[in-house]
Amino acid sequence: MTQLDGKVPSGPVESMWEDYKFDIKLVNPANKRKHSVIVVGTGLAGASAAASLGELGYNVKAFCVHESPRRAHSVAAQGGINAAKNYKNDGDSVYRLFYDTVKGGDFRAREGNVYRLAQISAEIIDQCVAQGVPLAREYGGLLANRSFGGAQVSRTFYARGQTGQQLLLGAYSAMMRQVDKKQVELFSRREMLDVVIIDGKARGIITRNLSTGEIESHEADAVVLASGGYSNVFFLSTNAMACAVTAAWKVHKRGAYFANPCFTQIHPTCIPVSGELQSKLTLMSESLRNDGRVWVPKKKGDKRAPAQIPEDERDYYLERIYPSFGNLAPRDVASRQAKFRVDEGYGVGPTGMAVYLDFKDAIQRLGQKAIEERYGNLFEMYAKITGENPYETPMRIYPAPHYTMGGLWVDYNLMSTIPGLFVAGEANFSDHGANRLGASALMQGLADGYFVIPYTLGNYIAGTKMEKVSNTHQAFAAAKGQVQAEIQKLMNIKGTRTVDSFHKELGRIMWEHCGMSRNEKGLKEALQLIPKLREEFWSDVRIPGEANGINTELEKAGRVADFMELGELMCRDALERKESCGGHFRDEYQTPDNEALRDDVNFCHVAAWEFTGVGKTPSLHKEELKFENVKLATRSYK
Amino acid sequence: MGSGTGKNLNLKLKVWRQKSSKDQGHFEELDADQVSEDASFLEMLDQVNEKLVLQGKEPIVFDHDCREGICGSCGFMINGAAHGPMTETTVCQLHMRNFKDGETLVIEPWRAKAFPVMRDLMVDRSAFDRVISSGGYISVDTGNAPDANGLPIPKPDADEAFSSATCIGCGACVASCKNASAMLFVAAKVSHFALLPQGQVERNERVLNMVTQMDEEGFGSCTNTGACSASCPKGISLSNIARLNRELFVASLDQKKAAEGDGV
Repeated sequence: MTQLDGKVPSGPVESMWEDYKFDIKLVNPANKRKHSVIVVGTGLAGASAAASLGELGYNVKAFCVHESPRRAHSVAAQGGINAAKNYKNDGDSVYRLFYDTVKGGDFRAREGNVYRLAQISAEIIDQCVAQGVPLAREYGGLLANRSFGGAQVSRTFYARGQTGQQLLLGAYSAMMRQVDKKQVELFSRREMLDVVIIDGKARGIITRNLSTGEIESHEADAVVLASGGYSNVFFLSTNAMACAVTAAWKVHKRGAYFANPCFTQIHPTCIPVSGELQSKLTLMSESLRNDGRVWVPKKKGDKRAPAQIPEDERDYYLERIYPSFGNLAPRDVASRQAKFRVDEGYGVGPTGMAVYLDFKDAIQRLGQKAIEERYGNLFEMYAKITGENPYETPMRIYPAPHYTMGGLWVDYNLMSTIPGLFVAGEANFSDHGANRLGASALMQGLADGYFVIPYTLGNYIAGTKMEKVSNTHQAFAAAKGQVQAEIQKLMNIKGTRTVDSFHKELGRIMWEHCGMSRNEKGLKEALQLIPKLREEFWSDVRIPGEANGINTELEKAGRVADFMELGELMCRDALERKESCGGHFRDEYQTPDNEALRDDVNFCHVAAWEFTGVGKTPSLHKEELKFENVKLATRSYK
Repeated sequence: MGSGTGKNLNLKLKVWRQKSSKDQGHFEELDADQVSEDASFLEMLDQVNEKLVLQGKEPIVFDHDCREGICGSCGFMINGAAHGPMTETTVCQLHMRNFKDGETLVIEPWRAKAFPVMRDLMVDRSAFDRVISSGGYISVDTGNAPDANGLPIPKPDADEAFSSATCIGCGACVASCKNASAMLFVAAKVSHFALLPQGQVERNERVLNMVTQMDEEGFGSCTNTGACSASCPKGISLSNIARLNRELFVASLDQKKAAEGDGV
């Protein structure tokens, strides 16, 4: 085990980023065009990085698994984006956003990164508005704000219930402008299947062209990975169908450490599971908790329709337990409380696996029109999926896997343990600790892409001597050969079970043993079950058709194969972390009133895992976390 | 779930199967049995595909991703209607409770010269990306922006710009149009920026470039039938096309004046 250095600059946290920007080496404008950068993923982090690097003059190659970069899953983010603008004059500041984020993450994030994020947040809003992103406005023409969980100020900017779509289309437009200028070359329907390392540095990637099946080699001077999170390890999650760990996992297998894989976020407000054949879960934005009140009946197993249950027979449990934050308690806390109610037998709906989110009072207070204006598209979506009208009857919600705080380990430069390999957005582990606050993912993705990577990547290129390489280098041939062999191996199995059947089984193991709460016994059981399932997968999966063309089953199989390996690492990490913090709740470590019990003496660190081979015990490395600005304290939202 | 009664449906599908863009393609008849009425249309296809794979056959290929109606990946014709029978609903948000037991469903890809079929229900919509890259943006490099509240925008304008900006680029408008015109798609983007002060500087250039690119991609002309808007899962209004025509007229006039040396 080694101690990892996060390379956070010394000095006061307030001036750290400014000082860093002054100290870094620059690439002169004429030299930038001699350098090339690969960006994998075109969500908020990837598209904004590709656009900004293109504007600076680098030759950028942008890759996405979709048919168009505009389809990246950032598009589905609903509620909003935080920024320390203090437009509301309600006491917000960079320091308060920093404080809320460190505390919200249950003191498992790096202070330096979080402070930088809070500083940059305001610039992001300026940038997006200048691009024409139509954020919500007040009647006076100025920008509107709303509140989100874990904060007592209104600092969330939004575009109805589709903020992610509007911000993504902004970043996509900025990138497409660079495509028009030939600064960015776009490779769509490409899946990254390996990273190529030459002289210890990331120098390119291997991709599969999903339209033709061709395995392609692409060289560059640096690689930015912005490939999103891994919630689909649970099979049922709010992630899009193509969201996968594959790109991140392949670089992990090439030497990049994977940090805090067990830090996953189970979002409290999703539409509950309805049946066996369901393919995904749908989020109902956390912003709904601004106006919706969460409750369950006071009587166990109460089967009355919600309207028949009088006020005094309802338990508005978040308001009861957390009077100061109420329905706006952070996600991990709200999810856990929902689970407790259901486990105790207070759950509602046909399956009993749900709680109510009720808008009756808000509609009475503000009128249906105001509620429509704020959440119209979410209410429509709910009605389409469930066949119920949420204006008349309360929504039924239940927690579901949504976001992964864990990811590839990066230092302050957002560089992984592989030199020249940068990781941005949800794919890295850095800013959210053990729990992400609502409306912070969009902020982090855009901060990384627009404002951090362009500086830190320039510093790397200016300070690194590298030979010119071409994709005919033998390292490319070797990596390509491995990728082809792996695909052939999958195609040759010709077993009896479908890819989805394996994915669902893995998902059930992960949800049961490494989901909203974990314990030693369950995690050890999962560590027995997963390798067995993986073995079965590699001997019995059935992939029809050919590899040399469009083959959607083959695409899924490759992703599930990687999830199988990741799942094991998640359980190992969860087992190793003998404390509860944020989204990681170990039954053995809780306070008398069932709150997460941290162990700052033994676990105030980032756990970064090094790959040592499939089925082999990975090596653990630690980065100690120091809290010099926000005092380590027990989180309280009471 | 919900009003769900747990009822199952048995359906007959006539699905377009096409191996590649070069293949002729044909309809294949398939049974979709025991489909839960709480399933989405795509989950129904998942179920059919699982069965096909187990029979050693290749599954029906279709684009899909978020399954929340926002990414714009999915979309095909169901009984001649883009995204099926429900208004303002993508196929991923279309639920089987809207169909009857025993019904026959004809499923085929978007048909348009500019959207070549790649396989089964999957088409190539990269023409839309090229139209956006020809001008669907505001030229502002990262780091140049003034304070976001420095430029108040009247709420009605901002709201209207937002409504235009909600287009998901699925292509239903093109598929529904007898001329395979992309006017609604282009109009939505042109309107989004024309309604905002930030979009004024490049206003003329934008509409001219985008319309030129649209024509080069092989999309047809607009004859104002309104099929595009009627089939749009986001309810993008036909008034966007009226605005596009006005924008185009003004920009062309300005261009002509400039060419004749009258100045602008």
